[in-house]
Amino acid sequence: MEVLKIATAGSVDDGKSTLIGRILYDTKSLTTDKLEAIEKTSKQKGYDYLDFSLATDGLVAEREQGITIDVAHIYFSTPYKSYIIADTPGHVEYTRNMVTGASTSQAAIILIDARKGVIEQTNRHFFINNLLRIKDVIVAINKMDLVDFSEEIYNSIKADFEELMSKRDYQEQNITFIPVSALKGDNVVNHSKNTPWYNGQTLLEHLEQLDRKDIYNTGTPRFPVQYVIRPKTEEFHDFRGFAGKVYGGELKVGDEVVALPSETRSKIKDIYYYNEKCQTASRRSSVTITLEDEINVSRGDMLVKIGDLPTIDKQFTATISWMDAKNLNAGNKYVLQHGVNKVLARVENIHHKINPDYSGIEEDIDSLKINDIAKVTFKLNKPIFFDAFKNHRTNGSFILIDAQSNSTVGAGFIS
Amino acid sequence: MKDTSHINPLENEAIYIMREVAAQFEKPVLLFSGGKDSITLVRLAQKAFYPAKIPFPLMHIDTGHNFPETIEFRDRLVEELGLELIVRNVQESIDQGKVKEETGRYSSRNALQTTTLLDAIEEFKFDACIGGARRDEEKARAKERIFSVRDDFGQWDEKNQRPELFDMLNGQIELGQNVRVFPISNWTELDVWSYIEKEDIEIPSIYFAHKRKIFLRDGLIWSHSDFVYQEDHEEVLEETVRFRTVGDMSCTAAVLSEASDIASVVQEIRESSISERGARIDDKRSEAAMEKRKQQGYF
Repeated sequence: MEVLKIATAGSVDDGKSTLIGRILYDTKSLTTDKLEAIEKTSKQKGYDYLDFSLATDGLVAEREQGITIDVAHIYFSTPYKSYIIADTPGHVEYTRNMVTGASTSQAAIILIDARKGVIEQTNRHFFINNLLRIKDVIVAINKMDLVDFSEEIYNSIKADFEELMSKRDYQEQNITFIPVSALKGDNVVNHSKNTPWYNGQTLLEHLEQLDRKDIYNTGTPRFPVQYVIRPKTEEFHDFRGFAGKVYGGELKVGDEVVALPSETRSKIKDIYYYNEKCQTASRRSSVTITLEDEINVSRGDMLVKIGDLPTIDKQFTATISWMDAKNLNAGNKYVLQHGVNKVLARVENIHHKINPDYSGIEEDIDSLKINDIAKVTFKLNKPIFFDAFKNHRTNGSFILIDAQSNSTVGAGFIS
Repeated sequence: MKDTSHINPLENEAIYIMREVAAQFEKPVLLFSGGKDSITLVRLAQKAFYPAKIPFPLMHIDTGHNFPETIEFRDRLVEELGLELIVRNVQESIDQGKVKEETGRYSSRNALQTTTLLDAIEEFKFDACIGGARRDEEKARAKERIFSVRDDFGQWDEKNQRPELFDMLNGQIELGQNVRVFPISNWTELDVWSYIEKEDIEIPSIYFAHKRKIFLRDGLIWSHSDFVYQEDHEEVLEETVRFRTVGDMSCTAAVLSEASDIASVVQEIRESSISERGARIDDKRSEAAMEKRKQQGYF
């Protein structure tokens, strides 16, 4: 079964949770007991409609404040696909959650309130989805019922958004506009009678037709070694298997490979998926690889195909998203986790801060606050093997860990 | 010739997570309840480390009120796979006066497991506990991370969780802390059942239709047993039932069902309209029931 992960973004009160609730309701994914709970609570609150946002706002604090404060995951499926929605909050101060939700998604829904149009938040949401190179973005112009399903308003919002699109860095992103009313159900799952001027697909129709081949970013095969399997049993006495997940492209038995950082060459002998030997390891599969030669490979090393080497360097520049309340200052040291590899990194230089509302950059800064996005150069204690993020979403990204708190404090996308 | 492209992306993710646990932690343990989710975890762990053995033990926190079928199954599985099993008993925590047995109509030992679990984590110095919780089960679990840090009191700080980006799992912790790991976070109930069918995994017999002595309360089917409080007017009936979820006898309700093999169970789940946790009596207590138990260190 195909699994599609979708990130949602919108400002407070744009109706994001309601939209998700609506999708669940119209696809009959809400179970009787969940629906009963929603009916009961809606009634208690004196609403004359069903408050679908109650289906997703999980934590007590959220129910009290009536807002979403963290990433929640919602699951539903159709006969064609399984869907995971990462519901991320829209507050200015929660850029970090949006980056997090987007990092594992292949598609994104940006919500716009038809009464308000494109606002600063919209710019920010689009910027982040573009920065993270989400392949497919749906711009859902919501609350159309409150503007009398006006085609004129829809077109003017669309035109404003298209102006933003001209500024984006990742031009190949596929963007679709849909007029919806999440509360009333127009063009979410079912076509609306209220928008005769709109001939496009409904939101769900659009998601259903997305082809897996088109929505994943692919690149060259990279195999970071997670774990070395040495059974030391009679039957598998000399077995040394390198366990890991294949990223970017596929690897085949017989492929000539280089192990990094030692740069020793060998050939792929066997590819195991559990107890089955396979000819090919396709991208994103968790396999165990054995090599023809006995070479020294351990966790954090990487197998790549000969002639297809990544950059091997102790210094690089990246766009980072800062996620910690404690500032990042030039000269600070962090643990940098690149895939499964960990090194020490020092902030050499903060080049500039990027305003994620497309309003330009700020120079001459030596410190970053939570939710800042900036271009930074790092120096490492030993080389890592990386690609530019634009060529390889997995091998071009990393996280920063604070050595004192052990918390994940930032995410980076290598230039 | 074979390739791996047909394999379920959820399985690939879970195997990746299992391997991260073995690589990043010194003393991991797999929390095993004998239920379908933890049985699925054992199969995933087998796959992750083949041809080597699973490099960590299983641990069962036994409430003493389990279905006997589950315990028999547990012991057989462990023996067949040659795994190490640790069992810690809630009864001991009660005898030591650390927790007090609940009494009355809705009494259950389910919540008492937390103390026994936290004591066992401390006793064995486990730094990672793998569990079968899924985000689709319940609203508070929908916000749970794959690597979820617990402080040295075993508590979950849901407002201060580490962001998880791409595939990268940050397992760095301080001494005394531990990480709860959820490899099947992104699986739904139907995903688990379909996987059990596809992989032909054996599960305890109580998941299939069988005749059982039951009684009805609050629209739910309760097991008639010494472990379950029952009032005189609550009449004992015999019905053909099965369990969708298996926990302590005092907190697991049955459903009427004729599904006697895995294919008909999968079919039933596909068509069913009551979510799995709707059959968990402990969650009906209040809307925030699960979140409160999680903050205290419950699984």
